Amino acid sequence: MSETKPRIKVPETAAAGEVVTIKTLMSHIMESGQRKDKDGNVIPRKIINKFTCEFNGKPVFACNLEGGISANPYMEFTAKVTESGTFKFAWVDDDGTVTTAEQAIAVK
Amino acid sequence: MKRLFISLLLAGACAAPVAAEGIDPAKVEAVFKASFSKVPEGWASRLVQDETQAECSKYRDNPPAAAADAIVAREKKNIRYPADGKLMGDWEAAIKDADNGAGKRSTDDPTKAAGGNCYACHQLDKKNVAFGTVGPSLLGYGKDRKADEQTIKETYDKIFNSQSVLACSQMPRMGANGFLTPEQVRDFVAMLLSPDSPVNK
Amino acid sequence: MMPRRGKLGRLFAGVALAAAAAFAAPAWADNELDTYKKMLADPFANPGNLYVDEGEALWKKPAGPKNVSLEKCDLGLGAGVVKGAHAKMPRFFADAGRVMDTDTRIAWCREQLQGIPFADSAKTAFSARGKKSDMELLTTYVANQSAGMPLSPQLGHEKEKEALAIGEALFFRRGSLLDYSCATCHAASDTRIRLQPLAHLTENKSAGKVVGGWPVYRVSQESVRAMQNRMWDCHWQMRYPSIDFGSEATVALVMYLTKMGEGAPVTAPALAR
Repeated sequence: MSETKPRIKVPETAAAGEVVTIKTLMSHIMESGQRKDKDGNVIPRKIINKFTCEFNGKPVFACNLEGGISANPYMEFTAKVTESGTFKFAWVDDDGTVTTAEQAIAVK
Repeated sequence: MKRLFISLLLAGACAAPVAAEGIDPAKVEAVFKASFSKVPEGWASRLVQDETQAECSKYRDNPPAAAADAIVAREKKNIRYPADGKLMGDWEAAIKDADNGAGKRSTDDPTKAAGGNCYACHQLDKKNVAFGTVGPSLLGYGKDRKADEQTIKETYDKIFNSQSVLACSQMPRMGANGFLTPEQVRDFVAMLLSPDSPVNK
Repeated sequence: MMPRRGKLGRLFAGVALAAAAAFAAPAWADNELDTYKKMLADPFANPGNLYVDEGEALWKKPAGPKNVSLEKCDLGLGAGVVKGAHAKMPRFFADAGRVMDTDTRIAWCREQLQGIPFADSAKTAFSARGKKSDMELLTTYVANQSAGMPLSPQLGHEKEKEALAIGEALFFRRGSLLDYSCATCHAASDTRIRLQPLAHLTENKSAGKVVGGWPVYRVSQESVRAMQNRMWDCHWQMRYPSIDFGSEATVALVMYLTKMGEGAPVTAPALAR
């Protein structure tokens, strides 16, 4: 899918019960499937169609993406943390490839 | 008069020279030409300035009176009219063409006519708010004027060769440079002057 | 949508107000627009950052027939010094015998160190959809390594001074089918082409914001674009033949524009339409 590692922004530490903001930026062409090439043939769709985030094994955030989202999708969402642990992120491509990343947070 | 004033303002926008004193114009031309190694068939002339372009460059579009008069006089002789002499054309075709910014670029289809691209710089009608402000608003152009023979000719001349009216105008010499045909120009004349045109509604 | 900036002139103030009234949006919409603008301004959201990361990896990767990385490239501050180099460009390079901007110097290093011909870098300098350009990745990384530093074009050498003079002359040079010069669009404030505000490139603040921000992530092109691409694009619009990558004319123009923006901080990669 991409040689670039996704960029992730998660605070290093947080207080128990704090709501933190998480940002992710992923390199992907996000070909919508609406465009045609020079000869009039439809360029096949190739997008990330699903993004998930879980914390210590529990789902935190998930969304389905559609063709209208432009290249290099940026996601920003919040999560309430009550214990230390690891956020695990996954991006699913139309072709089934899954890119994953993770980031730890220390909660006092 | 307001329109001419704005045009003069824009034409006269000048910047304090930083280092250009003493640079040989011939050197500049040589450097420029040498920076294009792939020149399509028939395009070599685009790299060479004509007399008016060279003069306007020299004076940074702010020519002294004598030079300005000479430019206008030269460009007045550089106007072509449609073969049948009719200077008002089809405003409906023009209003579509006014939106078209393509044509005669290195990646454009050379068989296709260039668009007028009026909206890039001008407001034209009330509905289309995606207009530029490099040139004055032309909204209601025909309402402010009587479409008599002289006005039609003046409008045609201005569009075909803007520098036949204002030396070193930033508006391209649309017809004189062969960018638009005389037939396209007269369509734009109608677009500006016809009472049915959205420009005048 | 009304333009973001620009004072409404007497000529069309009335019409614009009427248009605004005709398109009157509910109160919450204004807040949404502000929110959207704040979101866009978040530096983390800029996909150009991904180019910085990838460019850094590519800089350090052995490549080309000589199978060597670019880590020994001399960008003007000595072999291997990347930090701060872009801010001090363009400059004269004795080993090349000419003035170069960042894009051109990187292509030169690829040839000298890695054996990748300059012409190949030139040919692939601008990415196409689905085909990323190594030059865009490398230029973004190098420029970003000068982030926060003031634009300081070098003007001590005779050739540097000459490049500035030529660049200035070219900026005001009327030519080609539409009689355009750079000044046609870029020598005034508060004007726009369609709804795209135009940078005033002979005014320090406006020029600095633009030049300091490039290479920039262009949302409409879904790619980072570097200054050599901007020079190419402008000349394309002016109905010229394809202007050569790293040519003397483009480098001279970059020298002039950088001088106009002198002192402004490098913020590359910025975000643009």
